[in-house]
Amino acid sequence: MRKYTPKDDVQRKSYYDDRFFVAPQVPRQKIEEDEVFENDIHNLDTYVEVLESYLENGHLVIYINPSDNKKTMLYLRDYLEYDFLMELSAIDYIATRGGFEIFYEMLSTSKRKRIRLKCFIKEKETIESVESIFKMANWSEREMFDMYGVKIINHHNMKRILMPDDWYDYPLRKTYPLHGDEVANWYEVDKIFGKENRDLIGPEERDPAAVDRYDTTRFSRLGHEVPFGVDITDGKEPAHTPLAYQEEGGVKLFGVKLIKDLDEKKSVTLKKKR
Amino acid sequence: MAQHKINYLQNGGAPIALTTIDKIVNFGRSNSLWPLTYGLACCAIEMMATGASRYDFDRFGTIFRASPRQADVIIIAGTLTKKHAEFMRRLYDQMPDPKWVISMGSCANTGGMFNTYATVQGADRIVPVDIYLPGCAPRPETLQYALMMLQKKIRKESIFRSIKKKRLV
Repeated sequence: MRKYTPKDDVQRKSYYDDRFFVAPQVPRQKIEEDEVFENDIHNLDTYVEVLESYLENGHLVIYINPSDNKKTMLYLRDYLEYDFLMELSAIDYIATRGGFEIFYEMLSTSKRKRIRLKCFIKEKETIESVESIFKMANWSEREMFDMYGVKIINHHNMKRILMPDDWYDYPLRKTYPLHGDEVANWYEVDKIFGKENRDLIGPEERDPAAVDRYDTTRFSRLGHEVPFGVDITDGKEPAHTPLAYQEEGGVKLFGVKLIKDLDEKKSVTLKKKR
Repeated sequence: MAQHKINYLQNGGAPIALTTIDKIVNFGRSNSLWPLTYGLACCAIEMMATGASRYDFDRFGTIFRASPRQADVIIIAGTLTKKHAEFMRRLYDQMPDPKWVISMGSCANTGGMFNTYATVQGADRIVPVDIYLPGCAPRPETLQYALMMLQKKIRKESIFRSIKKKRLV
């Protein structure tokens, strides 16, 4: 027989992990396969320093120096007809490479081509805002700052966009815990009631499977109903919990009973569903 | 029709009804609960459906009010984020006593599936809650039932007893 393993907290750890898992990688093609891109990269190369470039899923990926980002984007927009900045954000590589990879996804509506402009900055380095070139960058850069803490200069309204202004730390960094750090856990309590009232409110319940059978204000057991708020911590439960499915004493109007009192003894469970 | 016919003359011939002050006040309070027009997420859609013609909150005397100063009930309909918690508490503080809170749906009850840094893990960390309504999202019938349970709760309350100190300050 197979050895018994307790399964009480089976949901706490992942049940199955693949020892032979290899992260999928998209094959990279040579730029020569697409003549539009080949032409573009040829033009761009004369203007800015291109560190690396390849084709991936039909996208042209270009790595540039972070200081060139505004210059490159202007060139792409005005001379190479990439007139649309679709998306920009950062990728957290702090643990492995000590910084962020910033990517700008651009689309040319006339050429029907998409390129991805990438650059790498160190954690404390700043990057120039591209908001003056594409209006779309306004909120995206604020989100990038909000979520990753990437410092952006020359942005007209550089503040957090999603999290509150007094939030501590940047939630989309790999080091940020999903349940939040201590400041996040007590954020609303500290703000509304003050730090001194933390004990009064108590810590957050983060276990989704938490059940307290002695807590009769929040939990009820089907088939063993206990009146609301009765203290049963000593194990003594009331022998009988009266049924209360309707208004106590029936419903009266000017002394006339519209609905009769509930007589618990006379109430029956229907054998068959109607 | 006949069985609901009211005989005004049966109590000694006078159309008089005797009652207690508690009952008459609670009769008024429970039958004109005015909730605040306040929705946070998808539960608010169900709340709107409950207020609309098919389920018709109006027949309970429940009319949504757009100002917390005129509201008795606040239905926390949806995910309460930490950023919003402060404003939610401010709205609650602006409501005149007596006031009640219905926490509608899993997110407002416990944080629900948003077991993350940005969500308040239960609206009862911010405001004292009277009715917890489970569901994701609760159907309009359930919100109706929650309101009826709240009415029942109000009818049991004594108006002279000072307002019981809730768990929160």
